[in-house]
Amino acid sequence: MNIEHNIERERMTFWERIYLPEIARGLGLTFRRMLRPKMTRQYPEERWEPLGSYRGRPVLVEEDSVERCVACGLCARVCPALAIEVQASETELDKERFPIKFEINMLRCIYCGFCEEVCPEEAIVMSKDYELVFTSPEAGIMDKAKLLVPIAQLQDRLEFVRRYR
Amino acid sequence: MPHIYIDGRKIETQNGKTIIEAAIENGITIPHFCWHPELSVSGNCRMCLVEVGLPKRLPDGNFEKDSDGNLSISYIPKLQIACATVISDGMHVKLDSAKTIKAQEAVMEFLLINHPLDCPICDEAGQCKLQEYAFNHSRGESRFVETKNKKPKRTPWGPNVMFDAERCISCSRCIRFAKEIAKQDVLSFVQRCDKVTIRVSNGKRFDNPYSMNVIDICPVGALTSSDFRFKSRVWDMSFNDSICAACSRGCNTKIGVRNNEILRIEPKTNMHVNKYWMCDYGRLSMLPKLNTGRVLNPRIKQNGQTEDATWDEAIAYAAQILKKYKPSEIMFIGSGKSSNENNYTLAKFAKSALKSGNIDYYKRIDESFKDDLLRTNDLNANALGCTELGVAPANSAFAIENLATNIKSKSIKAIYIIDEDFDLNKELVDEILKAESIIIHSANHNIITENADVVFASSTFAESEGTFINVAKRVQYFAPALVTKENLHRMGMKLSRLDKFGAHNDRWTQKELRNSRPAWRVISQLAAQMSYNFGFIKAEDVFKEIANLFVSFKSMNYKLLEKHQGITLGKGDSPDPVIRNYESYYMKPN
Repeated sequence: MNIEHNIERERMTFWERIYLPEIARGLGLTFRRMLRPKMTRQYPEERWEPLGSYRGRPVLVEEDSVERCVACGLCARVCPALAIEVQASETELDKERFPIKFEINMLRCIYCGFCEEVCPEEAIVMSKDYELVFTSPEAGIMDKAKLLVPIAQLQDRLEFVRRYR
Repeated sequence: MPHIYIDGRKIETQNGKTIIEAAIENGITIPHFCWHPELSVSGNCRMCLVEVGLPKRLPDGNFEKDSDGNLSISYIPKLQIACATVISDGMHVKLDSAKTIKAQEAVMEFLLINHPLDCPICDEAGQCKLQEYAFNHSRGESRFVETKNKKPKRTPWGPNVMFDAERCISCSRCIRFAKEIAKQDVLSFVQRCDKVTIRVSNGKRFDNPYSMNVIDICPVGALTSSDFRFKSRVWDMSFNDSICAACSRGCNTKIGVRNNEILRIEPKTNMHVNKYWMCDYGRLSMLPKLNTGRVLNPRIKQNGQTEDATWDEAIAYAAQILKKYKPSEIMFIGSGKSSNENNYTLAKFAKSALKSGNIDYYKRIDESFKDDLLRTNDLNANALGCTELGVAPANSAFAIENLATNIKSKSIKAIYIIDEDFDLNKELVDEILKAESIIIHSANHNIITENADVVFASSTFAESEGTFINVAKRVQYFAPALVTKENLHRMGMKLSRLDKFGAHNDRWTQKELRNSRPAWRVISQLAAQMSYNFGFIKAEDVFKEIANLFVSFKSMNYKLLEKHQGITLGKGDSPDPVIRNYESYYMKPN
C-alpha cells in the first residue's frame, strides 16, 4: 500500500470533507443508542450468573464429604501453566488413593479447562466463580480446603461436561 | 547359520532359539506379557501369537515357486506363540498380517475384560505393558457389557509386596520368578477361569531377599511396592543411572527422583553384573540415609560449638589443623562406600602431598549377608577400589584395626575421615572421639560429626559422578541423580518435568538444596590451600589421572564405562561388547 496516496483527505468523500453533516450523523447515532435498552450492569450489587459452559476457577468436586479426586496426577501433567500440584497418599476408602495435597496456583492458572477435560473421575471442574482477588501471591495458591465444593453446587457444569464429552 | 524371515526381513540366528528370542536380538519386539528372557517359557498369555510358515517342497525336493518366481510359503492355519516356537531354517514369520493383528486385538480384548479401569489409581501407570499394548495393539473399545469381576485388592504378600488380584492378568511371571530365581516356591495359581488368582501358600509369606523384583517384572500393576505405594507418578520422576552402594556386587540401578528427593531405586539391566534383578536391601536400605539427616553445609567447631561455615572458612580451618601435626601423627581413613575418585584423591593427598603412610579404610565383611544370587559378603561397595588405588597403610602398625590403640598411645593425634561412619560401631567411635582433632567428610549427621572439628558436607554417590569397582573387578560409572548447589548446572542430567520448568518462586523448586561437595574436590582445594596443586576441576580429571597412573585402569574413561556398562580391570583395551538389553516396557518417561 502506498501510504502517500492513502492520506485521509484523499480517502474521504466530498460530504465527509465538509465536516458538519458527519457531525450530525454521529450525534444521530448517539441519540438513537440512548433510546435502546441499557446493557450496563451495576456489578457489585447486580451480579452476573454465568451459564454451565463458563470456565471460572477450577474446583474439586466433593461427594459424600470426600473429594472424588484419586490424585492420578493427570491434571498436573496436562496443565500447560504448571499450576497444579498433587501429592497422593493411601486411604482406607474404596478408592485407595486420595490427594493429601492438592494445590492450584491461581496466579499461574490460565482457565484453559484442560484439567477438567483430562480428569478420568470428573473430580475437577471449572466453576462459575469469577471473582478472584488476592492480596498476596501466597493467597493465590489454593489448597484443598479452598478448592473443595459440594457436588450440588456444580450440577450445571457436570451436566455440560457430560453432554460435550 | 540358520536364518528366518520376519515380515520379509532376513534374520541370522542360531538353532534352538525361539522366534521371540531371535526377534529381540535383532531389535524386533513381538508383543508379549508372560515371556521373560530369564524365566522359563510358560506360553499362557497368548499375546505373542504370530503366523508361522515354511516354504513348500515339491516331491522332487525342490521348493515350489509361484508365477512370480517367489517361494510359496505354506502358513500353519492356526497361529503359533512366538515365545515357545523354536525356529527352523527358512521359517517365515508374519507380524503385521491381518490374521496376527486380529489375534493380538482379540487377546487384548480378552485380557481387558476383567481388568479394572483404575489406571488413575495404579502405580504402574506410565510404565505398564498392558497400558501400552492397549494403546498399540488393541481396538480401543470394549464390547463387554456385563459387570467386571470383583477380587480382593490390597493383599500384602510379604513385607514389601502388595498384590491387587483384580489387575492381575495371570501371566505367571511372579510365580516363575519365585520358583526359579528367588528359590522360594510359595506362589501359585488358585481357582479357575475368571476366578483365577495368585495366592501365597498357607502360613507362608513372600519375604525372600529378592521379593521386590516381581514388582518390576509384573507387566501390569498387580504387584506394587508397599514402600513406594502412591508416592509419585512415574512421569513426575526423573531416572538417572547409578550403582547400588549396599554391597560389593555393584548392581546397576536407576534412581527415581522428584523434588530432589529419592523416591525409589530400581534395577537397571546389566547382563554382566545383576541381569534384571536387585535385592530388597539395596532398594530400601539406602533411602533414609540419602534423604534425611543430611549435613547441609560445612561446619566447624569453635569454642566447643559446631556451627555452619562457608567452604572457604572450613577448608582454611582444616588446613590450619593439619599443619599443627606431623604427617605421621595424622590417620587418613578412606571409605569402601565412597568412589574411586574420592579414595584416590585422599591417598594422593596423604602419600604424595603430606608424605604420610597412615591410610586405611574400614572393612565390612559379613558372611551372613552373602547368598548365591547377587549379595556378596562385603558390604563395602568399593572395597576393591580402595585396595587398588593405594588406600592401605605403609606400616601395618597403622592399620585400621590398631586405630584405637594408636589413639590411646598418642601416636595418632588427628584423624581425617572421608564418607565413613564405621556403622556407628560404639567401641571404635568412642576411641576415635578421643583423638585431638577430627576432620570428617560426612553426608549424614551422627555422633562423629557432632564432635568433629571440621565437618565437610559430603555428596553421596547419588549426588556426584564417579566410579565403583565391584566384587568381579568391574569398574562401573555412576552419574548424579540429585541436584546440589555444586552440580546445579551440570549438563546432561535427566530432570523430571517439574524440576526442569519450575521457576524460582514455585514451591516445588523450594527443595532442600544441599551445599555438599564430593570429597575429591574438597581435598584438592585443601591441598591447594597447603600449596600442593592437584589440578582437579571435575571428577573426570581425577579418573583420567587414575587411568594414566594405574595399568589396570589403562584406556578407561567415563564415556567408555558408560557405553559398555562397566569394564573389568585390565580390560580397558578390550571391553565386553555392547549388548542389546531386554527392556520389559519401552514407554519411559524422559
